[in-house]
Amino acid sequence: MRRLARIGRGASFAIVGAFFFAALAGPAFAPDPVGTLHLEFPYEPPSAAFPLGTGDNGIDLYSAILHGARLALVVGVWVVGISLLLGSAIGIAAGYYGGRVDHALMGFADMVQAIPAIVLNIAILAVVASPGLVHLVVALAANGWVVYARVARASTLSLRSSDFVAAARALGFSDARVLSRHVLPNVAGPLVVQATAGFGWTLLAESTLSFLGLGPGKETSWGALLDQGSAVLLRFPHVALVSGGAIALTVLGFNLAGDRLRDLLDPRSRRR
Amino acid sequence: MTRARYFIGRVLRAWLTVAFVATFVFGIVHFLPGDPVDVILGDQATAEDREALRHALHLDESLPRQFGRFVSSIFDGTLGTSFRRHPETVAELIADAMQPTILLALSSLALAWAIALPLGVLAAESRGGPGDRIAMFFAALGLAIPNIWLGPLLILVFAVKLGFLPIPGDDASGALGLVLPSITLGTSLAAILTRQIRGSLREVLDQAYVVAARARGVGKLGVLLKHGLPNALLPVLTLGAAQLGALLSGAVVAEKIFERPGLGTLFLEAFFARDLPVVQGCVLVIATIYVSVNLALDLVYGLVDPRAEVS
Repeated sequence: MRRLARIGRGASFAIVGAFFFAALAGPAFAPDPVGTLHLEFPYEPPSAAFPLGTGDNGIDLYSAILHGARLALVVGVWVVGISLLLGSAIGIAAGYYGGRVDHALMGFADMVQAIPAIVLNIAILAVVASPGLVHLVVALAANGWVVYARVARASTLSLRSSDFVAAARALGFSDARVLSRHVLPNVAGPLVVQATAGFGWTLLAESTLSFLGLGPGKETSWGALLDQGSAVLLRFPHVALVSGGAIALTVLGFNLAGDRLRDLLDPRSRRR
Repeated sequence: MTRARYFIGRVLRAWLTVAFVATFVFGIVHFLPGDPVDVILGDQATAEDREALRHALHLDESLPRQFGRFVSSIFDGTLGTSFRRHPETVAELIADAMQPTILLALSSLALAWAIALPLGVLAAESRGGPGDRIAMFFAALGLAIPNIWLGPLLILVFAVKLGFLPIPGDDASGALGLVLPSITLGTSLAAILTRQIRGSLREVLDQAYVVAARARGVGKLGVLLKHGLPNALLPVLTLGAAQLGALLSGAVVAEKIFERPGLGTLFLEAFFARDLPVVQGCVLVIATIYVSVNLALDLVYGLVDPRAEVS
């Protein structure tokens, strides 16, 4: 079992690597460009011509998965990037200044979290006539920042009482200098760990929204493919198996990679 | 005195949160770019049609007046009128949709506890042994499978291949129809609870009073039932309340996969029709449920364990 766990952790980086490769280079070597239909071969099971089979209107699933990886990467990078910046700024401010600032900022985070994640995302998308990529990113980042704020706050709180931060403040360094030179580098580790797993969660949220038919990625998102696959599940299960498998595997890969990174960055956590 | 202050403070904060959510939702609908009239009528509509609809929906009034209208619709309990099914109030629509969703959420919750409790206890008791690893393996698996995939897989295996549970769209109103949706919704919750029970119970089993009980010759089961679980489950209960949000989010997904009526289905339909009062109302009601359950559990926790007041 322990060896299994080790293999799992090694595999996690392989999965993440494969995902990045598919997202960056995939669209270049995908057999079909986006939107290509093989109308005479709908819902073909996997074969030599179509390695993963075909879906609705004869779309080549192998190509679709590669294009979907690109979409997932773009959405993930933007959402995690914005959430990370916003969340760590808010969290560090809350942890460093404490008192009222802390109360106000974390109270706000609590309130945002009172609306279940997907429900808030959908409510934001509902205001736009035809949601595009930008709207999707905004909707996902609207509550995505909260978890980074919590991590950043917790780390900052423990740093604030540490000797080297106290020393830096006693030397009369400005808040900006203390924060950027002493606090930020030490908060970065946990945030990177969180962002790695967060990338997986973002992919899952994007897939879920697309699955529900709300996202912009009707042509390429893995979630949208899974939605099509669910509609023909009884006769052509391969569509749902392939697209859902891609989502599950990638999310799992990022989550395990996050765990592994935590072990590497913080050896103490391994002993628990 | 401090106890009273704790309770009052906690209730006030819950009220504040609901008020915030109401304002926030109103803000989303009214301040984000995007015109509900455009969304409902499309770009082919004439200017008069737009004006008429704008007037019918009170969108031509000033923002403060619209906000006042929204707030009074909360207090008179109607939550406004649906754009799409006009004379019906949002509250009526939500009330109709509520029962199947609550049923689904409760059965998922029951299922999650039924799985997590034995697994969590097994893991904590065997501590690093095979039982622990098996339980943690299942927890990792349960967390890894997205519910949007788990649902179709369950249908494929149990409804199609094995054929002993109803396929979505069949008459699935009975208890059997609730099985697969509950598994879809409850699996990740079961995984999270398993981890929390394990962690909490391990901590409790290390406490001096547990060691003392063992030294007195209390058996394994006695220690577990008298000292272990009562103390370990309390924090899990409040932590678990935070998962209620995931349960409510998941209901949207599960209801779609299994074609069940409910709050999630109403919410999605309202989304596609851009029936903004219903969207608003659903968000508000869902958030209020979440806040109320968390409040109730916190208050119970405060009663049972006075230390909670301090933190």
